[in-house]
Amino acid sequence: MRARLALILVAGGLALAACSNAIPNSGLSGANGSYKSDTVDYFNTTVGDRVHFAVDQSTLDAQAISVLDAQAAWLIKNTVYSITVEGHADERGTRAYNLALGARRASAVKAYLVSKGVSANRITTVSYGKERPIALCSAEKCWSQNRRAVTVVRAGASS
Amino acid sequence: MRPLHVLPAALAAILSLFLAQSVVAQGKSRTGPLRIEITNGVIEPMPFAVPAFVATTATSQQVAKDIVGVIVSDLTGSGLFREIPPNAQISGISNFDAPVQFADWQAINAQALVTGAVSEGLGGRLTVKFRLFDVFAQTSMGGGLQFSGGRKDWRRIAHKVADTVYSRLTGEQGYFDSRVAFVSETGPKGQRMRRLALMDYDGANYRALTDDRSIVLAPRFSPDGTRVLYTSYETGTPQVFVLNTRTMRRRRLADTKGMSFAPRFSPDGKRVLLSLSEAGNTDLYVENLASGKRTRLTVAPSIETAGSFSPDGKQIAFESDRSGAQQIYIMPAGGGEAQRISFGAGRYGTPVWSPRGDLIAFTNINNGRFHIGVMRVDGSEERLLTSSFLDEGPTWAPNGRVLMFFRETRGVSGAPSIYSVDISGRNLKKIPTPAYASDPSWSRERK
Repeated sequence: MRARLALILVAGGLALAACSNAIPNSGLSGANGSYKSDTVDYFNTTVGDRVHFAVDQSTLDAQAISVLDAQAAWLIKNTVYSITVEGHADERGTRAYNLALGARRASAVKAYLVSKGVSANRITTVSYGKERPIALCSAEKCWSQNRRAVTVVRAGASS
Repeated sequence: MRPLHVLPAALAAILSLFLAQSVVAQGKSRTGPLRIEITNGVIEPMPFAVPAFVATTATSQQVAKDIVGVIVSDLTGSGLFREIPPNAQISGISNFDAPVQFADWQAINAQALVTGAVSEGLGGRLTVKFRLFDVFAQTSMGGGLQFSGGRKDWRRIAHKVADTVYSRLTGEQGYFDSRVAFVSETGPKGQRMRRLALMDYDGANYRALTDDRSIVLAPRFSPDGTRVLYTSYETGTPQVFVLNTRTMRRRRLADTKGMSFAPRFSPDGKRVLLSLSEAGNTDLYVENLASGKRTRLTVAPSIETAGSFSPDGKQIAFESDRSGAQQIYIMPAGGGEAQRISFGAGRYGTPVWSPRGDLIAFTNINNGRFHIGVMRVDGSEERLLTSSFLDEGPTWAPNGRVLMFFRETRGVSGAPSIYSVDISGRNLKKIPTPAYASDPSWSRERK
């Protein structure tokens, strides 16, 4: 298992080295590093793949709504993609409650995207509670990053 | 304990670890028995001595020493007893059946004396005999007992001796021969790898139950100690599984579209209380394990989760944010009107009903601190027992006198460890584990 994984990584490295001028998979279109607008990278970097929440809240603030409006527009245009919305919480709560809170956050995002015209059957949700922090310090500057819902885009229709 | 079922004879040994009552002359009566009261908060630990157990065969000398070490560790570790070490002891015990020289033990102020003998029979079978004495009354407390088991069961035998001593001196059931299911964690905070594991209550005999390929959370023992409920992300979504720790067979509970988590057994082991999230709303359900039939217990737009049955199975404690923040409620086991019982400062979660039925343990979050606490079932007499950056997830010792929980340290390198504390807030101890550890579940039974 480990050996096979290592081989894949090596192969990936070679592929990158071999075609560094144009990498279709990542959608890199030129030397300035911008992505083609129908790619996952474009969604993640330019549209914005995540929104943030106040402590113990799942309501969408103005900033979140502007990100989700852009996500909805992109998803309506790029119908080959489905999404999973991951809800997360910071570390300042108990495990089960944070799972429920993350589910609320993911659901709030899904409901908003659906209200903007994205088909519900393209969207799945999952909560990771406090189990997958991206910012690791124990201070508000990290906790505010962890209280998030991340829209993960993948090719293909939702199951 | 795992390989014990391999040999039928060994299975019989583990199922019974039989208690054979040996004939011991009862000492003269005294006005009051030697007794340590553990209901009060402040206790002067009772001095006791355990002189080296007599090894009746040459091969049993080391194991005799090891057994005494575990007995002493159990008793002193409870915080209720203080060992008078061997180098302070005036005399030893060279003949298990010879009369005890009480004056030698009175002189060093040992109030309780444990004597024992260890023999090793065919196939390494251990037999441990022991007696407990009230030194100042010069009496034997209860009859002599003997425990037998396989060579590898020596720790269990020692725990059973310590349980008997604890029980005779406190009037409470011992908790040393018990196990804990928990989550063993490795790796940095941002990429934690977790697996389910089992250990003895003192951290010995670590055994992994799953690999670490999926996130696993919050194992919960069945009342008979044979099965563990837990939540796994192996399907991509948190789902509740039940695992038989002897056969290692496992299955997912009845399928659900959404997430399921926070499971706990009913006292009869036949039903599972769990939380389901659908369309972002989490409510409590109970599922019959045999039929797969699932009944919804709460219907509310708020979060209802972390349910725990009362030991008589008639009520359920759970947490809900229906008031605007996490608080603890109690409702009938079939659902229905719930009474809020937590009214102190801050938020309250993870209620767990004591096996004695008298108390509910919980996690309290207030002013940026996390506490483990207990309150009576009506919410009165709340006591916060611990305080730290993050204390969470209490679980009861089988006798309802001690709690385990986990404590996570702050910061980028923060990590969890399991601790125990008694219900008066004394004797806070870290349980030694081979890796980071969280989500303990203490077994009541050990079959």
